[in-house]
Amino acid sequence: MEKRVRFNSAWLPWVLLAPQVLIIAVFFFWPAAQAVLQSMQVQDSFGLSTEWAGLENFKTLFGDSAYLESFKTTAIFSILVAVLGIALSLMLAVFADRVIKGALVYRTMLIVPYAVAPAVAGVLWVFMFSPSIGVVAYGLAKFFGFEWNHLLNSTHAMSLIVAAAVWKQISYNFLFFVAGLQSIPKSLIEAAAIDGARPWRRFWSIQFPLLTPTTFFLLVINMVYAFFDTFAIIDATTSGGPGRDTVIMVYKVYQDGVKGGDIGSSAAQSVVLMLIVVALTVLQFRYVEKKVNY
Amino acid sequence: MKFNSFALAAGALALGLSGPAQAQVEVQWWHSMTGGLNEWVNDLAKDFNASQKDYKVVPTFKGNYDESMVAAMAAFRAGNAPAILQVFEVGTATMMAAKGAVKPVGEVMKQSGVAFDPKAYVPAVSAYYTAPSGEMMSFPFNSSTTIFYYNKDAFKAAGLDPNKAPTTWPEVVAAAAKLKANGSKCPYTTSWMSWVHLESFSLWHNTLFATQNNGFGGPGARLAFNSPLHLRHFENLANMSKQGLFVYKGRASVAVPSFVSGECAMFTGSSGSYADVAKGAKFTYGLSALPYYPDVAGAPQNTAIGGASLWVMQGKKPAEYKGVAEFFKYLSNPEVQSASHKRTGYLPITMAAYQLTEKSGFYKDKPGTDVAVTQMIRKTTDKSRGIRLGNFVQIRTILDEETEQIWAGKKEPKEALEAAMKRGNEQLERFEKASKAAAAQ
Amino acid sequence: MVERRATMGLLAHAVMILGMLIVAFPLYLAFVASTHTSQEIVQLPMPLLPGSHFWDNYSAALTGHGGGAGSNAPVGRMMWVSLVTALVIAFGKIAVSLLSAFALVYFRFPLRSFFFWAIFVTLMLPVEVRILPTYKVVSDLGLLNSYAGLTIPLIASATATFLFRQFFLTVPEELVEAARIDGAGPMRFFWDILLPLSKTSIAALFVIQFIYGWNQYLWPLLATTSEDMYPVVVGIKRMIAGGDSGNEWNIVMATAIMAMIPPAIVVIFMQRWFVKGLVDTEK
Repeated sequence: MEKRVRFNSAWLPWVLLAPQVLIIAVFFFWPAAQAVLQSMQVQDSFGLSTEWAGLENFKTLFGDSAYLESFKTTAIFSILVAVLGIALSLMLAVFADRVIKGALVYRTMLIVPYAVAPAVAGVLWVFMFSPSIGVVAYGLAKFFGFEWNHLLNSTHAMSLIVAAAVWKQISYNFLFFVAGLQSIPKSLIEAAAIDGARPWRRFWSIQFPLLTPTTFFLLVINMVYAFFDTFAIIDATTSGGPGRDTVIMVYKVYQDGVKGGDIGSSAAQSVVLMLIVVALTVLQFRYVEKKVNY
Repeated sequence: MKFNSFALAAGALALGLSGPAQAQVEVQWWHSMTGGLNEWVNDLAKDFNASQKDYKVVPTFKGNYDESMVAAMAAFRAGNAPAILQVFEVGTATMMAAKGAVKPVGEVMKQSGVAFDPKAYVPAVSAYYTAPSGEMMSFPFNSSTTIFYYNKDAFKAAGLDPNKAPTTWPEVVAAAAKLKANGSKCPYTTSWMSWVHLESFSLWHNTLFATQNNGFGGPGARLAFNSPLHLRHFENLANMSKQGLFVYKGRASVAVPSFVSGECAMFTGSSGSYADVAKGAKFTYGLSALPYYPDVAGAPQNTAIGGASLWVMQGKKPAEYKGVAEFFKYLSNPEVQSASHKRTGYLPITMAAYQLTEKSGFYKDKPGTDVAVTQMIRKTTDKSRGIRLGNFVQIRTILDEETEQIWAGKKEPKEALEAAMKRGNEQLERFEKASKAAAAQ
Repeated sequence: MVERRATMGLLAHAVMILGMLIVAFPLYLAFVASTHTSQEIVQLPMPLLPGSHFWDNYSAALTGHGGGAGSNAPVGRMMWVSLVTALVIAFGKIAVSLLSAFALVYFRFPLRSFFFWAIFVTLMLPVEVRILPTYKVVSDLGLLNSYAGLTIPLIASATATFLFRQFFLTVPEELVEAARIDGAGPMRFFWDILLPLSKTSIAALFVIQFIYGWNQYLWPLLATTSEDMYPVVVGIKRMIAGGDSGNEWNIVMATAIMAMIPPAIVVIFMQRWFVKGLVDTEK
């Protein structure tokens, strides 16, 4: 990435960067710093009393077996969501690329689920999978004799949240893959076809490599999504149950912070979470980005 | 500055206009009522505003109870909290501990010179929201309690008397067995596991759920539900679960549709679910008191309150507090109370309202709607005023998590209850520590 | 694409249909639910075919059904707030990020890496976690209950910058060199060459950010002080009764479906921009 042609200007880059930097300084870094500060304090909910706790919150966290369990749950969940999400949507995007008739309908129907408000999406999944009134649960029992019960069965519960999380992301990933595929010059594909390459070959030797920037982008985004944006889905479907088997780290942050009003612990957990994701991202940039073709 | 007569006149006019009886004082009210209840709240405010000219109550929906708490905390820290905040009952201890943030209702009423008699309120309801000192901290607003629902049609089909609800737990087990023999896939289920089977259960049997009179004595309380009675009850439930007589249908109120759809024949839950049942059930249903164990002395006593109350926040102007006091006075009016009770199914909070409703024949028209009230209109004992513990939201989650493992067959009742106690007590320790820190400031 | 082999075409269609069915099934359920009465929905199992109450439910939802839920803020007003918010967020984010990504990729300046990571790290701490301090900042700036307060804090994340950075890195070097040889300055290059090339990325991002802005819930809930600044999702949530009271699922679903229409229109409309491939510059 180093040998790039660049423009020379002493002042222009600063001007270009200024809007974003200003916004994130005021609306991200300042509040984030305060959140980090809160992780080292013990506060009551209303901020009336603040006691300095140093690393006490962190120590308590790592001594809590429930918290350590959530590491494992989060790892399983995130890997499944990221891998399934990207693989499935890539497949759909590639096939969508091939289809001419009905392309608009297919693409629209695959992207629009993203427009479902998360609050409503959670409700829809309950409608489908609730052991009592769920259509899918009912169908599974009737046609396959399969007793679906995510309330008491951990595997079912994990499958449910993975499915719900992936569902929301398929639209998102699909959209970017379609855009990515569309920006590959048709001339390249045609040239390969004229040379006699079959579709599968064309995919692996031309399309996929050229899609690697998009894939890398989605890998990072999907990981961040799995780690951070999925608590609403869990809240709506399993609430972390049965027992604690679907409590992922960010859900615990939400449980302790928003539901429990324990600002200090919640902030401490967020800091740990943030450090983990930053570490994972650095790793990705270090090792995976090398394989990306720009 | 030219002092001519015009300026003087204008100045005097301005002074006159800025006098006391000018624009309406707005009283911000943040609540979490959705659906039909949202309309109820808006109507209450509208009617109050129409009845007088000095104050305008402005209700704003601020998300569910968790979200509105966060909103209020954020607003308070930034200096723009609402005057009135609706807080669910499990948040009571947290609010009471936040002395610098809340203004006790008793104080608000007294300072505004509005007549206020705590004795007019239903004992089990108002006791819950009263501080150890006897001062009423928050204003009871929408209160419900745990009752028993059953499907009369299913009873008849199973050979049970549809007009005789099971009143004791042994009777529930017997009925469940008959229902199952008749083909029911779900004889009994429940919502709000902790509220029904631990909290209300304890109060109903005049047994402690936590030490220090369930937390009323102070922040040093610790959980105490590993008593023989609690254990016996959970072993009972576990056996029922193994035999298919009790089917677990989820946390919170997720199980309600299971009863309404006819899938489950017996159901324990909130009296507030009455509206759902009345609307959606396609069968004849009955309401009855929460079952109990007849061999326990002192049972049945009274049940635990659910729902929310209205708290008043600090930092507002005296005129706003007067508006709050007037609004609370309006809400306590027996006619207003009775109408609310009939409309929503929530408990009437004053004795006068209960009597008014009774006189109007409402309970005769809709049998069973007085069950909730009669469970609460008892004189409370020290052990049965209610449960007021800090970090109670987390504790309830812990109880959900641990008891779920019983139904999933992963833990025995004794193991689960002890694990729940241990984890719950950790939360209480944290709360005690934070309270001490707050008190010290 | 190039050949028209029958089996491949068939396979493609089969996969698409299956994918579409699975992905769109929950939506279909929502639509079906919005055409029945609420009693029919809670009876096991929920019917799978649309019912006959389409007009009843939708008109009830639109007029804030007399006797029903939350008629305080009319749906029209909420849709308007959502629309403005979504548009401002989408345009704002794209504009700001295009400039930043351009600076990060095409210039050499001290602390470049630092700024890249600083911007990037904003992805790592979601709004919900820092919501209390963010609220205080917005409140202190006097931006509560305003479109500015609803939108600007949400522009502070790096998704768009990251995407544009990825895209800019794929633009062939020859184009930049050609521009320099022609004596074009950086901004010239940006307007005349880079932007047109970025069309598909901009289109994709626009859809995503519009929907993101449209579906905001927790932040608007906190950052507004009066119900007439509520976006549509808050209105929907307000209808979904939590603990004790009854749910009118049919009306909720009808409102949710209506709330999805503007984003759906955006998706359909933006599709034109996806289909345009790169201008053939490698001749």
